[in-house]
Amino acid sequence: MKTAELIDRLAANPAPVRSAANTLGFGVASGALVSFAMMVIWLGFRPDLADAAGTWGYWLKFFYPLALAAIALRSAARLARPGTSGRAGWEFLPLVFVAAAAAAQWMNTPDAQHWHLLMGKSSSACPWRIVALSLPLLLGTFWAMRRLAPTRPVLAGAAAGVFAGAAGAWIYAFACTETSAVFLAVWYTAGIALTGLLGALLGRWALRW
Amino acid sequence: MQDGGEARLKEWMLASLAGDGAAYRMLLSALTRHLRAYYARRLTHKADAEDLVQETLIAIHTKRASYDPALPFTAWLHAIARYKLIDHFRKAGVRRTLPLEDAASVMADGDSEAAEAARDVEQLLAKLPENRRALIRHVKLDGLSTAEAAAKTGLTESAVKVGVHRSLRKLAQIVRGRP
Repeated sequence: MKTAELIDRLAANPAPVRSAANTLGFGVASGALVSFAMMVIWLGFRPDLADAAGTWGYWLKFFYPLALAAIALRSAARLARPGTSGRAGWEFLPLVFVAAAAAAQWMNTPDAQHWHLLMGKSSSACPWRIVALSLPLLLGTFWAMRRLAPTRPVLAGAAAGVFAGAAGAWIYAFACTETSAVFLAVWYTAGIALTGLLGALLGRWALRW
Repeated sequence: MQDGGEARLKEWMLASLAGDGAAYRMLLSALTRHLRAYYARRLTHKADAEDLVQETLIAIHTKRASYDPALPFTAWLHAIARYKLIDHFRKAGVRRTLPLEDAASVMADGDSEAAEAARDVEQLLAKLPENRRALIRHVKLDGLSTAEAAAKTGLTESAVKVGVHRSLRKLAQIVRGRP
């Protein structure tokens, strides 16, 4: 086809069907909905949710993944658009914050309890559950990103993965009964990092256009 | 290219996103010229360059929602052009490193001498008084007849002739380096 013909065809449809924000919003919201339903059906809310809401350990577990998710989503949204840098700023703030909380807790706890602080009751399941709950979010975010234009697919996939992992961890926190900051810093972070890695690996081929 | 290119292309892009087909056609035509030069300079096969131009135009079209109006249009354009170029090398199995270049480079490639010349003419015209500039534009650039230009500007035909003549002489002086 001649380039002039191509231009004629393309020019017939100037306005895009859906804005970038709507695309991303739709993908993320659908993923979150499925992930939340999955948590309720599969694991159920923790039975002591109302009591736990009065402890700082609970709110740390609530805000740490939420902050990470917000930062990673911002970064992913930028990486989905050509000509922007992926830097969201503040990337490491939640990590530093949770690491400081974990260190403080570690030092203020007798040695005999350190093992329990670190391993809790569910350390072997926690990261995998987070990865599992993140999958619908990862799928939704990738769906949206494929409709946009990430020029650095691996980095964009990693950002989408960290977002999905952090949002999945936030959802998992409604079911998880662990209370220690050390547990949160290690195992939640591990689940989020795994999902980030998965996103980077998948992004390499799934986000090409 | 100077800021004028960015401003004009961005204006067209925003109008296109709002549904203006005419602006979109102008935008795509202008981008075709830039892209043709951009790829021609970086590819050995002429046919590949034209394929890539078309592929990039399609990408620009299908990904147009990904343009953020808060950001420079040329940066968006350049990132897509570069992505398609790298993609082309990857598919062709060519290992090549691209030098880092800024967004200006896709704009820096005028399609031809004509693009450069057009720019020079604009700069020259800017040195003329407003009414004279309009005359030159009507008669010498848009190709109106003296009568048509007279009707458009409200001057008599002879005034148009004299105005054009004096403007050209003035421009010639500027080109020769005297004010």
